Amino acid sequence: MIKIERRNDVSRSIYFLTPVLAIFLTLFGGGIIFYILGFNPIEALKFFFITPISDLYGLSELLVKATPLCLIAIGLSFCFKSNNWNIGAEGQLIFGGIVGGGVALLFYNHDGFYVLPIIILSGAIGGMLFAMIPAILKTYFNTNEILVSLMLVYVAKLLLDYLVVGPWSNPEGFNFPETRQFSESARIPVLFDGLRIHAGIFITLITVFLSWLILYKTYLGFQIKVSGLSLKTAKYAGYKGKTMIIIVFMISGACAGLAGVGEITGPIGQLHRNISPDYGFTAIIVAFLGRLNPVGIIFASLIVALTYLGAETAQIFLQVPKYTGQVFQGMILFFLLGSDYLLFFKIKFLGLKKNEL
Amino acid sequence: MYKLFLRSLISVLFMLGFSLNANAEFKVGFVYVGPTGDHGWTYQHHEGRNAVEALGIKTTYVESVPEGADAERVIRQLAQSGHDLIFTTSFGYMDPTNKVAKDFPNVKFEHATGYKREHSNVSTYSARFYEGRTLLGHMAGKMTKTNTIGYIASFPIPEVIRGINAMTLAAQKVNPDIKTKIVWVFTWYDPGKESEAAQALIDQGADIIMQHTDSTAPVQVAEKAGVWSFGQASDMQRFAPKSILTSIIDDWAPYYVERSIAARDGTWKQQDTWHGLKEGMVAMAPYNSAMGSDLVKEVEQLQKDLASGKVHSFTGPIYDQKGNILVAEGAVADDGMLAGMNVYVKGVEGDIPQ
Repeated sequence: MIKIERRNDVSRSIYFLTPVLAIFLTLFGGGIIFYILGFNPIEALKFFFITPISDLYGLSELLVKATPLCLIAIGLSFCFKSNNWNIGAEGQLIFGGIVGGGVALLFYNHDGFYVLPIIILSGAIGGMLFAMIPAILKTYFNTNEILVSLMLVYVAKLLLDYLVVGPWSNPEGFNFPETRQFSESARIPVLFDGLRIHAGIFITLITVFLSWLILYKTYLGFQIKVSGLSLKTAKYAGYKGKTMIIIVFMISGACAGLAGVGEITGPIGQLHRNISPDYGFTAIIVAFLGRLNPVGIIFASLIVALTYLGAETAQIFLQVPKYTGQVFQGMILFFLLGSDYLLFFKIKFLGLKKNEL
Repeated sequence: MYKLFLRSLISVLFMLGFSLNANAEFKVGFVYVGPTGDHGWTYQHHEGRNAVEALGIKTTYVESVPEGADAERVIRQLAQSGHDLIFTTSFGYMDPTNKVAKDFPNVKFEHATGYKREHSNVSTYSARFYEGRTLLGHMAGKMTKTNTIGYIASFPIPEVIRGINAMTLAAQKVNPDIKTKIVWVFTWYDPGKESEAAQALIDQGADIIMQHTDSTAPVQVAEKAGVWSFGQASDMQRFAPKSILTSIIDDWAPYYVERSIAARDGTWKQQDTWHGLKEGMVAMAPYNSAMGSDLVKEVEQLQKDLASGKVHSFTGPIYDQKGNILVAEGAVADDGMLAGMNVYVKGVEGDIPQ
């Protein structure tokens, strides 16, 4: 007979330490997997987690990869904290990219300091508007935001496909599915010559700071948290639930849109079909690994970004299959959810009593 | 004890450092867009890599590299970690390849299917797949009962349109009534979409299925439906033994071997390569005897003539869909026209998505 009981005394420090535990368990589990695959586990882990960031270029790449993840996850934390399940950040990222990219093409061969800010702003607005669709449908028509936001990802992807194949394709590009390279004025400047780390990192840091401010220092942040803990309490307290749902989706969408426009004006420099390797979905892992906390999300985005880089390095040096990166991401989430369960619930093994048989 | 530990630690560190610095060895890197087990495009590049490895040259590959911001990092890492020659095997790597090439003038780069050679250390290469399509068209024209050929196309780029046109022209030559129906799937690899497209074409009366996508899904659907099909990129015969008449095989191995040896021996030069049946970059899998020995002989002869240059896939007169002349009677389309081809020939149904 097994009995599961809720624990009432979960300490705050342990709550924030379990992600670290999950990471160590992942390292351990990863070592075992490498061993089974026939690699020296220590060497493989070294190539996976240390080699990629052992020089300046690697560190810069880590930040390039972590920037969109961090931005999206920060936005998602607003939704998730208030029990709104926005699964469609990928679509909001792509739509932000489409709007920002469209403006960038409009400003093709156009110089001026105002070009880039307009592009970035329009990308954020694009993502925001796209995220309002599931929010409005949820508040006024009682639809399920998980389904709507997820399905809209495909809408955004197909729209991008249509645009880069058709009306926006590069006139000199032999019909290949991509737009022109944006002009220099539409590109986020890189911070150091030879490295790809760009000024988008400041946008991310400012966003993180603002989120912390909103979540922990404003009435809105308080409302979000209360609604997440208990919807009934929030209603009883007279919070305007509908407005809040729309606001959290707007914030979330704007962040995803920023991530999208940051990618296309940063490392990519044009629109094509592959502007995001599923950042919007990976960011869900990042948000939970970071405990929906702005600072936690920064660290989580760095770790998850490292799993991407590590998978590439491990394949280059050891020919470890590249999908181990995804296995690592899966393991992190698995161990995190597993330890959360044990954190919040007590499992009691009771002896079988005669009268129960 | 402590000293022993220290000494072994130092020797381990030394060995580690040594193994990392042993970069003098000649190495070749490959960047793949798909998994090595796709049994199509990437699989064949991987086979080419195996041929280079068989020479005793050290090779490295990275698979499933997205064509977005990640490609540049992977290519750069290969260049940085001591690879002397790097093959980037998908169109989407064109700009990242040129960008990295600029920073590594001593490393040689080879980009498949692109047209940009911005630095003297970048070569491009591709295959005249359309020659294989001419053979498929000949077989399709002879084998079809419904006079309808189903074609699953990926992206409306010149390479794909060239294949559609070459096939249609060859089929018309042996069967003037044929029509080519096309479904655009806008992906190179998506088994689900590809099988839906194959089914849709069969439902519209196509009894021949061919595809310019990478998975084995279309031939498997054709096998089930009992219609003829052709394998793409690699010999897909074992996935649809009854249905497949032959496969167009991309054989990159000779090119990869030749270029790797040239780079190793210091004779590598920038070039733009476009090889076909003659050089063996395009090869045909064994022909299915179900099509009858007469037809097999015909096709084998046509293959020889294409390889020798006696027959050209695009020999005039060629008309576009509206009946305007594209290539005059007796003339042959030049490579410039082939490289930029963006109109359908007469007999193809529908419009090119723009």
